[in-house]
Amino acid sequence: MNTGQLLVKIEKIVIQGRSDEQWLPIINSVDLHLNRGEVLGLIGESGAGKSTLGLAAMGFARDGCRIVSGTVEFDGIDLISADAQTKRSLLGSRIAYVAQSAAASFNPAHKIINQHTEAPIQHGISSRPESEKDAIELYRRLRLPTPDEIGFRYPHQVSGGQLQRAMTAMAMSCRPDLIIFDEPTTALDVTTQIEVLAAIRDIVKQFNTAAIYITHDLAVVAQMADRIKVLLKGDEVEESGTDSMLKDPKEDYTKSLWAVRSFTREEKPLASKEEMPVVRVRNVTAAYAKIPVLHDVSFDIHASRTVAVVGESGSGKSTVARCITGLLKPSQGSIEFDGVPLPADYRQRTVEQLKQAQMIYQMADTALNPRKRIREIIGRPVEFYLGLRGRKKEERVRELLDQIELDPDQFIDRLPSELSGGQKQRIGIARALAADPKFIICDEVTSALDQLVAEGILKLLARLQDSLGLAYMFITHDLATVRAISDEVVVMKDGRVVEAGGKTAMFTPPHHEYTSLLLSSVPEMDPNWLTELLEQRGVDNIGDAAIDRMNQA
Amino acid sequence: MSLAVISGLKAVALIILNRLALGVVTLFAVSVLIFAAVNILPGDFAQAILGQGATEEAVEAIREDLGLNKNAIVRYADWLGGILKGDFGVSFAQANFSSFAGEDASKGGIGSVAAQLEPRFKNTLFLAGVAAIIAVPLSLVLGIMAALYRNSVFDRFVNISTLTSISSPEFFLAYVLILFLSVLNPLLPSLSNIYVEMTFADRLHKTLLPALTLTLVVMAHMMRMTRAAIINLLASPYIEMARLKGIKPARVIVFHALPNALAPIINVIALNLAYLVTGVVVVEVVFVYPGIGQLFVDSVKIRDIPVVQACCLVFAAAYILLNLTADIFSILSNPRLRHPK
Repeated sequence: MNTGQLLVKIEKIVIQGRSDEQWLPIINSVDLHLNRGEVLGLIGESGAGKSTLGLAAMGFARDGCRIVSGTVEFDGIDLISADAQTKRSLLGSRIAYVAQSAAASFNPAHKIINQHTEAPIQHGISSRPESEKDAIELYRRLRLPTPDEIGFRYPHQVSGGQLQRAMTAMAMSCRPDLIIFDEPTTALDVTTQIEVLAAIRDIVKQFNTAAIYITHDLAVVAQMADRIKVLLKGDEVEESGTDSMLKDPKEDYTKSLWAVRSFTREEKPLASKEEMPVVRVRNVTAAYAKIPVLHDVSFDIHASRTVAVVGESGSGKSTVARCITGLLKPSQGSIEFDGVPLPADYRQRTVEQLKQAQMIYQMADTALNPRKRIREIIGRPVEFYLGLRGRKKEERVRELLDQIELDPDQFIDRLPSELSGGQKQRIGIARALAADPKFIICDEVTSALDQLVAEGILKLLARLQDSLGLAYMFITHDLATVRAISDEVVVMKDGRVVEAGGKTAMFTPPHHEYTSLLLSSVPEMDPNWLTELLEQRGVDNIGDAAIDRMNQA
Repeated sequence: MSLAVISGLKAVALIILNRLALGVVTLFAVSVLIFAAVNILPGDFAQAILGQGATEEAVEAIREDLGLNKNAIVRYADWLGGILKGDFGVSFAQANFSSFAGEDASKGGIGSVAAQLEPRFKNTLFLAGVAAIIAVPLSLVLGIMAALYRNSVFDRFVNISTLTSISSPEFFLAYVLILFLSVLNPLLPSLSNIYVEMTFADRLHKTLLPALTLTLVVMAHMMRMTRAAIINLLASPYIEMARLKGIKPARVIVFHALPNALAPIINVIALNLAYLVTGVVVVEVVFVYPGIGQLFVDSVKIRDIPVVQACCLVFAAAYILLNLTADIFSILSNPRLRHPK
């Protein structure tokens, strides 16, 4: 197989999606060319049409989408006019797909290896024993632990990062010419992401497979792709080689994407020891049923300060928030507010105590009642906590909308479904502010948002803190956000605080071993970052392997 | 067997024991309800057999004889105590015959409720079994095919015809089948009077028509649930993944969607099997089939309280047992429970 030969040729493709009984454009006349052995990065925000274009390269349109015009050729075969059987014979065998969430894309009812061998057997490429042997070999190459056994487990018995690698192995099962990677690491923690990235890059190189790598994360695509194509709302913005795209983006939109990560806020000096913290978490130990989740967690949050609580999924970040708000009763320890211990159960707290601690949630979509208008969503806490009614309530709601930079006249009577993701999150903020609290817990408030929108939310939160003197507890797994907004950082792992301190101190070595793994795992825009990191740390000292090593020590 | 599998089986066994205990509690609660309901029915057996001209003394004497004058709680305790020993009591209507024959009915003679119930219940189970063996596989296959060729002419035809059959009254379906299968084309007998000495083939031949009627009644529900449960899963990422692996549509449905759609399908099957046991009254009457449904109706007519109560209890037990089985199978169909981490 010689590199350089054209493998995929998409020309002037137009794809529409059905929504509310009409066809709306998703992709407007985009071209895409991919050579054998080459990796093309497709990048853009949500709604840019990345996944739709990636699937179109397989001649596939999701239910509710249709390819209206244009051509898709794979190795000279016209996929638009090909019949279903021809397309089926290519899918899985010569073109493979790796989905965003391996946990959802593996069938829960079958063992991993049976799903792996399905394509080779059904396409008549190899027998079951051959294919099983090959699967184990692929698991070994992808550095999965216990490669001889892992395939014989059910998907729910394997961790997310391992599943994602098993899915990459499955895509490789027929040694395809092309693999579509659709956000394969977006759902993973940073330390896990890095080992999946390393594994994918390795195996694609080993077999000289061409790939389309879809992501919204620039730093990730910089490690993976030879060329990058930027999409915006179904149009191509620009395309060029990875190096030149990173160093010298031509279009304004691309430049703005590149600039997002530059937002940072001056770190405020640490509060003095004598100063009374707004919230003090004191030696909290808590459990769900009988499973211990938090062990002796303590930290303080002062007025006008942002404490970022950082950790990977399952580290207990959100559980701390549940203890502070009284949703979960700690088995030991206490929560103090302005020096006064709060009742452990929210039902025993006074309205005045409840009012002081508010919450903003990750998924604004599910946190807002879809049947209530904005007026009611924000008006309800205004009435409940401040006792305002009638015109006074209306005035307060309008004032709050002004504070979150949404025009009251335009938005007050809308339903949540009539708002964009960023606007919904702003309403979430307004609802928290409505109680006039001293302290707000922000639980992954920007993780579901595009970077540009997320930046707007962070700036708004910063402005509100300056004008209202709010204390924030900022729960996140995203270290870029931590760098942008926090004053102090608390690093959690397995329900324990591993390290805590001022932001600058936390980002300057020496670190706790885990903090250092976490920090070094965050992808950087330098295309050589992954290569250099692997050289520095060693292939076996990243991700799960590194954490296991740490736990054993 | 690995350790994980054993601990998984343990967990499942625990859940099953838990459900069984719950089933027993439910049955106990139902027995209270049955007893109370039967006892607030107007009229009593003594009054019913003696007719309007009965003297006060005669009625009292019979009531005394049958124990009807005792306190309700005492009677319930007696009844429940008997059931726990396997004694369902003595049928009022048969009580006289047995004293003629000189046997003690409570020891399982012809007058005992159990002796009356047993052959009838076996007949009903036979009918239900034949109907289930036809209906369950047929509905599953039709449901799977409807899901595979969804929105096609075939799908619509199956949907409309099963809906029509479930919407028609049972006796009407029965008469239509009799018209076509035993009057116009005399293939099957229209009367299903089966008895013990019959050969299996004869029994089957006689039972087929009522079984077909019941099939028509229960098929729609199961077929539509199979179709809906499968279609519901077709938007899942793992189904898309299977399609993108180039797997044939039939295999996608049977191998990838069906195993994950089993829980709701099993529940609907159990509900319909329970209906086959407990809801056959009309069909049994139309075909003069000697099942428990007919016995039940006859006993209500003559206020034969012990038989009515026993029938109700059998119906309740069948319902609870089948739903319990469905629960257990749904649990077993979930790999997360069979194979914990």
